[in-house]
Amino acid sequence: MIHPITVNNISVSYDGHEVVKDVSFSFGSGSLIGVLGPNGAGKSTLMKAMLGLIHKDHGEVKIGSETVDSMRKKIAYVPQRSNIDWNFPIVVKDTVLLGTYPKIGLLRRPRKADKEWAMECLRQVGMESFANRQIGELSGGQQQRVFLARALAQKADYFFLDEPFVGIDVSSEEIIIGILREMQANGKVIFVVHHDLSKVKKYFDGLILINKELIDAGPTNKVFQSSNMAKAYNREFMIDGLEVSM
Amino acid sequence: MEFIQDLLTYGFLQKALITSIMVGIICGIIGSFIVLRGMALMGDAISHAVLPGVAISYMLGISYFYGAVFTGVLTAFSIGAISQNSRIKNDSSIGIVFSAFFALGIILITQAKSATDLTQILFGNVLSVRSSDMWLTLIVGAIVILVVVLFFKELLVSSFDETMAAAYGLKTRLIHYAIMFLLTLVTVASLQTVGVILVVSLLITPASTAYLLTNRLSVMVVLAAFFGALSSITGLYFSFLYNMPSGPVIALTATAIFMLAFLFSPKQGIVVGMFRKKFKRKSITGATN
Ligand SMILES: Nc1ncnc2c1ncn2[C@@H]1O[C@H](COP(=O)(O)OP(=O)(O)OP(=O)(O)O)[C@@H](O)[C@H]1O
Ligand SMILES: [Mg+2]
Repeated sequence: MIHPITVNNISVSYDGHEVVKDVSFSFGSGSLIGVLGPNGAGKSTLMKAMLGLIHKDHGEVKIGSETVDSMRKKIAYVPQRSNIDWNFPIVVKDTVLLGTYPKIGLLRRPRKADKEWAMECLRQVGMESFANRQIGELSGGQQQRVFLARALAQKADYFFLDEPFVGIDVSSEEIIIGILREMQANGKVIFVVHHDLSKVKKYFDGLILINKELIDAGPTNKVFQSSNMAKAYNREFMIDGLEVSM
Repeated sequence: MEFIQDLLTYGFLQKALITSIMVGIICGIIGSFIVLRGMALMGDAISHAVLPGVAISYMLGISYFYGAVFTGVLTAFSIGAISQNSRIKNDSSIGIVFSAFFALGIILITQAKSATDLTQILFGNVLSVRSSDMWLTLIVGAIVILVVVLFFKELLVSSFDETMAAAYGLKTRLIHYAIMFLLTLVTVASLQTVGVILVVSLLITPASTAYLLTNRLSVMVVLAAFFGALSSITGLYFSFLYNMPSGPVIALTATAIFMLAFLFSPKQGIVVGMFRKKFKRKSITGATN
């Protein structure tokens, strides 16, 4: 059962400076949602706050009627920049296998089925031939694809992907969007921070547009208007022009 | 081998052997996580900070174990408290706390004038291991191995990617302090064998050697345990035959093994790297000729 995610009046500040202000929205099961806004708009901060990874000044996040804390095993998160040691003694397939840990739970080991599933996820992002490479011995885009594979391996219901396509080539991006679309059709809720405005209509059926405050949130057609975009990016926008350039 | 003969004859030597093997193993295991989490300095700090605990225990006439664990844990929390509640960076707060504890320990121990003298605690004397010390080490060893085996998954994911671990609900703070606690236990168990000053060598060096040799954490932990045990057996051998303090011998053995890996490891070794470069250059010039 996949529930709607509701964000109620969240504010976050760093050292007394408010960077996300009174943001509220709600998206139901089966949504692929783009999170848009200029650099420094608070997109990453909003995601971390939704996940309870940083302190909120106020506000709450509900999944159905549950708290995020009680739903953690059903949540997958790919941060904008992974804060990891790239020389860590771990190879690609074992990195993806980490995605199965939440469901395996304490005191049990990954089994053959888990390992096969990890390989399958690696195949989905087209990285199976790198399975035995040490994680640091990959290009930036390849590393990003491994982390996406790990998120897929989590079999989560709720996905939080912070700029997952940075450094990823066009064909891999389309494959991954295809996977996300399929998951959406199965009722999952997927948030994706994304900067390429030309893809917005093609990729997302819902949008969150923020620039510190929420500009608008809802179905793409409603939110993706030149007046809204102008407010978020502080400049004129030709939405029709963007459509043509798709 | 005369040493083996003696080993079979003398009970104290058997105790020393069992203890030093176990110390080497658990230092290698915990050391692997310390190295990967970038907490080498923390290992040094805790090992020095157990000294006042040892002194107080002697004064109170209780086993040095309790006092040492107490000040070790206190140190871990003090360091955490300072670096989280001020702008002081972690390595500086480690420096501040452990030097204070160590200084206090030296004063207390010289005042206590206890049965065990300062050099023995500082540099280790593996031949003075008593039955109770051996059992303490074996119990600590069993705890450490059990925890690492049972929670290997959680230790792996939280050491590699703390954000992911926290996002799926692992208590990463708790894991940090659990590792600090195990580190304290291991340090205390190693006191007799390597001594306060050089515990860090047995924690860091075998684990670093293993780090150069593998791309899998489980293999790294096993290799580190093996190198640790090898180093401490060598330490025992020399201190028995040539009457040397065991700590420094152990440290130097660990370093010698490290140097071998550093020079000759197939992936990271600098000698192998030089050969590879030379070979490449040759094949390139060969190709252009
Ligand atoms: N750890 C931090 N400490 C202090 N300020 C921060 C921190 N992280 C972000 N900020 C500030 O908060 C604001 C929002 O940052 P955030 O990373 O959420 O932006 P973003 O929308 O994700 O930007 P980008 O598109 O560049 O990723 C920025 O003004 C940034 O300078
Ligand atoms: Mg961001």
